[in-house]
Amino acid sequence: MRNVNKIFSNGTLALKDMSLDVFRGEFISLLGPSGCGKSTALRIIAGLGGASSGQIDWPSSKINSRGLPEGDIGFVFQEPTLMPWQTVFGNVYLPLRLKGVSKAAARPQIMETLASVGLADFEKSYPRELSGGMKMRVSIARALVTKPTLLLMDEPFAALDEITRQKLNDDVLRLWKQSGVTVIFVTHSVFESAYLSNRIVVMKARPGQVYADLPLHTSAERNADYRTSEEYRATTHGVSRALQEAIHIGGGDH
Amino acid sequence: MSDTLPAAVPAHDESGTDSAVAILAPRTPRSEKIMRIAIPVGMLVLAVIAWHLMVVLNNIPKYILPAPADVAKSLLTDYPTLLPALWVTLKITFTALFLALVGGVALAILLVQSRWIELALFPFAVILQVTPIIAITPLLLIYAPDTQTALLICSFLVAFFPILSNMVAGLKSVDHNLLNLYDLYGASRWQTLIYLKIPAAMPYFMAGLRIGGGLALIAAVVAEFAAGTAGEGSGLAFRLLEAQYRLNIPRMFAALILLTATGIAIFGLTSFIAWFSLHRWHESAIRREN
Repeated sequence: MRNVNKIFSNGTLALKDMSLDVFRGEFISLLGPSGCGKSTALRIIAGLGGASSGQIDWPSSKINSRGLPEGDIGFVFQEPTLMPWQTVFGNVYLPLRLKGVSKAAARPQIMETLASVGLADFEKSYPRELSGGMKMRVSIARALVTKPTLLLMDEPFAALDEITRQKLNDDVLRLWKQSGVTVIFVTHSVFESAYLSNRIVVMKARPGQVYADLPLHTSAERNADYRTSEEYRATTHGVSRALQEAIHIGGGDH
Repeated sequence: MSDTLPAAVPAHDESGTDSAVAILAPRTPRSEKIMRIAIPVGMLVLAVIAWHLMVVLNNIPKYILPAPADVAKSLLTDYPTLLPALWVTLKITFTALFLALVGGVALAILLVQSRWIELALFPFAVILQVTPIIAITPLLLIYAPDTQTALLICSFLVAFFPILSNMVAGLKSVDHNLLNLYDLYGASRWQTLIYLKIPAAMPYFMAGLRIGGGLALIAAVVAEFAAGTAGEGSGLAFRLLEAQYRLNIPRMFAALILLTATGIAIFGLTSFIAWFSLHRWHESAIRREN
């Protein structure tokens, strides 16, 4: 997976000459101050609201009529964005249902995905019966049920409490390692990005651009120990500094 | 020791295990359940008794205010006239409501398909909505092939707009991110409509259904008042007027009671449909537990 050279600009110039190469299997965090266009960039990658100019190149997989690789993208929004009238099962079934897969044929895949996010017992529950963290898990399961090669996450855990967020961070890391999916993770949290990613792209605002591209190679297992390690501290320090510079250059009033 | 323990444990067991405690749902006490029915029914009975006493003690003649017993008698003796009339009113009301549901939902779906269709039909919708429909009844009586059809059209028009406007609001109220999600997975317009927009619009539709159901009956009655004359196949409203001309007050009350009962039945039915379709997920149909 390698997408080259996305150049866009729209009325408010949310993004200007933004280029980013993404390689298969990476866990990239898009980090930046609010209004730097990181969510916009993510949505353009997903094909939601096209770029005003520039292009996205996909590797030679099947490309559908809208220029997106067929069934290759999963998207997790800021909110769980579940259909309240459907059960957990129905919500996770949605992407397959839209592809015309029958319920019986989809069932094993759905149950496997639900089990992987720890919700196998909740298939018959309705979203309103679940906690915020569980709703987010359903949302993640829905994004993963098609076995995408690219998973886009737009500040998915911003509204969750710290404990739930750390738990979900660990889950996302585990799912990423198991499935080998490429993840682009938008966040405004230095600590979250340093914990999760193996590459952090710091963006600056006005206009939205890539400010710094920091590869993050650590041999250590990412777990509770890593959170308190010197390596993690040094990483967050470096990332914080890059972010401060990006805010400063962007005329930071944030 | 081993002899005494087993005897003590079961007694403790029954109230103390986790499963027994967890399964017990918060339950309304039996006395409260009884009171919930007893209080409104009791008030109703008291009101009827008060009515009866007032008539008897003041010697009010039947042609001014009949006693409850007179009304009941009229219901029994006049049913050959009242029952067919009720049937006619019911037929008009439910046909109108059914047509309003089909038409309102279909037009709402058409309207949200494109901004241009909406703009084009907007003036007609507003004109029809702001015109008191009863005012066009005389006109309808001229154009329609018979009175029943005119009444049906009136009742339909009145019930149609709450359903249409609620349905349009519902279809437009879909979570934008869910729409994005459907786009992302390449859903067709049809799929988006069936799986997303229509279910999302259900709470709004149900609100429209409840309003429309009540209005259909009101319109069926009021339009018949406006129509005035009707011989064969006339509804309850005509029987009401007829009874008034003849100073048959008990029959007026009997007809009124039938209309009220119809209204309650429609309200109960639409409320039940709303509850039945929404109770699994929508806040409006879920009992709040804090």
